[in-house]
Amino acid sequence: MYSEKVMEHFRNPRNMGEIQDADGVGTVGNPVCGDMMTIYIKVKDNRIEDIKFKTFGCGAAVATSSMITELAKGKTLEEALKITRKDVADALEGLPPVKMHCSNLAADALKAAIEDYYKKQKGKVENQ
Amino acid sequence: MWTPKKVYMDHVAGKPVDPRVMDAMLPFIREFYGNPSSIHSFGHEPRKALEEARAKIAKLINAERAESIIFTSGATESNNMAVKGVAYRNMDKGKHVIASSIEHMSVINPCKHLKTRGFDVTFLPVDKYGLVDLNSLERELREESVLVSIQYANGEIGTVQPVREISQIVHRKNAYLHVDATAANGQVPIDVQKDGIDLLTLSSNDMYGPKGVGALYIRSGVRIEPIIHGGGQERGLRSGTENVPSIVGFGKAAEIALNEMQSESGRLSKLRDKLIRGLLESIPYAFLNGHPRNRLPDNAAVRFNFIEGESILLSLDMMGVAASSGSACTAKTLEPSHVLLATGLKHEEAHGSVLFTLGRQNTEDEVDYVVQIMPDIVKRLRAMSPLTPKELQVDV
Repeated sequence: MYSEKVMEHFRNPRNMGEIQDADGVGTVGNPVCGDMMTIYIKVKDNRIEDIKFKTFGCGAAVATSSMITELAKGKTLEEALKITRKDVADALEGLPPVKMHCSNLAADALKAAIEDYYKKQKGKVENQ
Repeated sequence: MWTPKKVYMDHVAGKPVDPRVMDAMLPFIREFYGNPSSIHSFGHEPRKALEEARAKIAKLINAERAESIIFTSGATESNNMAVKGVAYRNMDKGKHVIASSIEHMSVINPCKHLKTRGFDVTFLPVDKYGLVDLNSLERELREESVLVSIQYANGEIGTVQPVREISQIVHRKNAYLHVDATAANGQVPIDVQKDGIDLLTLSSNDMYGPKGVGALYIRSGVRIEPIIHGGGQERGLRSGTENVPSIVGFGKAAEIALNEMQSESGRLSKLRDKLIRGLLESIPYAFLNGHPRNRLPDNAAVRFNFIEGESILLSLDMMGVAASSGSACTAKTLEPSHVLLATGLKHEEAHGSVLFTLGRQNTEDEVDYVVQIMPDIVKRLRAMSPLTPKELQVDV
């Protein structure tokens, strides 16, 4: 049912965990729906220097979270914002159709983390 | 640690066919291909075998006569026939049907279909163990009620219903009782006469017979109409040339089940209890789904908080273990199992459920193996989950 790539990321998820002093944190999904993920980013010189994830959900949810951290690491924020759900699914050699909608939330979580970062930066500027 | 190649604990999804059943079937695939309705000699053996199988199945459930067994294509058809066949035939009495809220979809959806045809349908609540609320059954029954459909036991949480008490209540209001015994047949003794059952659904594969064949017991005198019309086989109640090889296998499976039920159910109950105890004792925030005592011998349904069922199944599969889950993600729909939700579980609790269903080939070593590998699987997934409380966070 899952591609070998999905299973490989499920078995060995990349960048799993939390960043305690993250510059941006984004959470999407809902445990009620069965999928929820949080992405943590560290930003340096407008680039994603470090990224980690935590995920509650099915195999696809874990694999997409793992994959987005690989896709986003080292990218500028503008580049990272352009990563779509489809990019994540393609990088995983496809997802079963039923998973495309419910479990493919990683791109949204990354966007939420970047938006959180922008918001915090704006707050810092206003406080100065 | 002893590591088996493969451990199959998903018997609710499908069972292997017993080799003795296969042996019984083969002559009816190879040689006796005639139609049991034929008048010539080619029809004789198939007809004889068909009626012998019918008698064996009647014996398994202590039916008053073999003719009360009608062969179908499986439990889904039997359930459809019971619900729709009785409802449509008894509209002169009334148009009210009752079913429990944890029935299989092949009862729930025919009931919903009846709703679109002007019937009134009541789904009964269950308690946290999955037992049907007898007070609400009593309250909901009325003069117009024609059928109550309640399963013997639930395949997903294992809970066995108090069928005799239910029957007494149903019959006081002159309604028929249909019992879906798909999950229970072959595991617990069923006596349609003592239990007071008017219609009973049976499934071949659930007692190690071939797939694609089942039966509906219809007590003589029950008013029902066919849902499949044609050449008038099975006393006009289920047309279509009988699937003789599969029916022969089904009969053999019923015979074996009757002979071996007591010893095998005793053996499985011990394995089940060891598995449940092992998991609940070694893993924090693990809970049993279903009834602690009134449960099927093969059923170990457990849920683990903060993680999701499909991830657990994939992790088990990586270790060679096959199980199933009530999780949305494994099903075609996105909702968690209606059975788990009906027992009052929150969505996120239902999502973390895993169902191990044991069978004839499972051994104590296999149960020990599952108990040994499960804590690490749960730890790894909890380490990944943002829902896991801090005190359970460990590095893996």
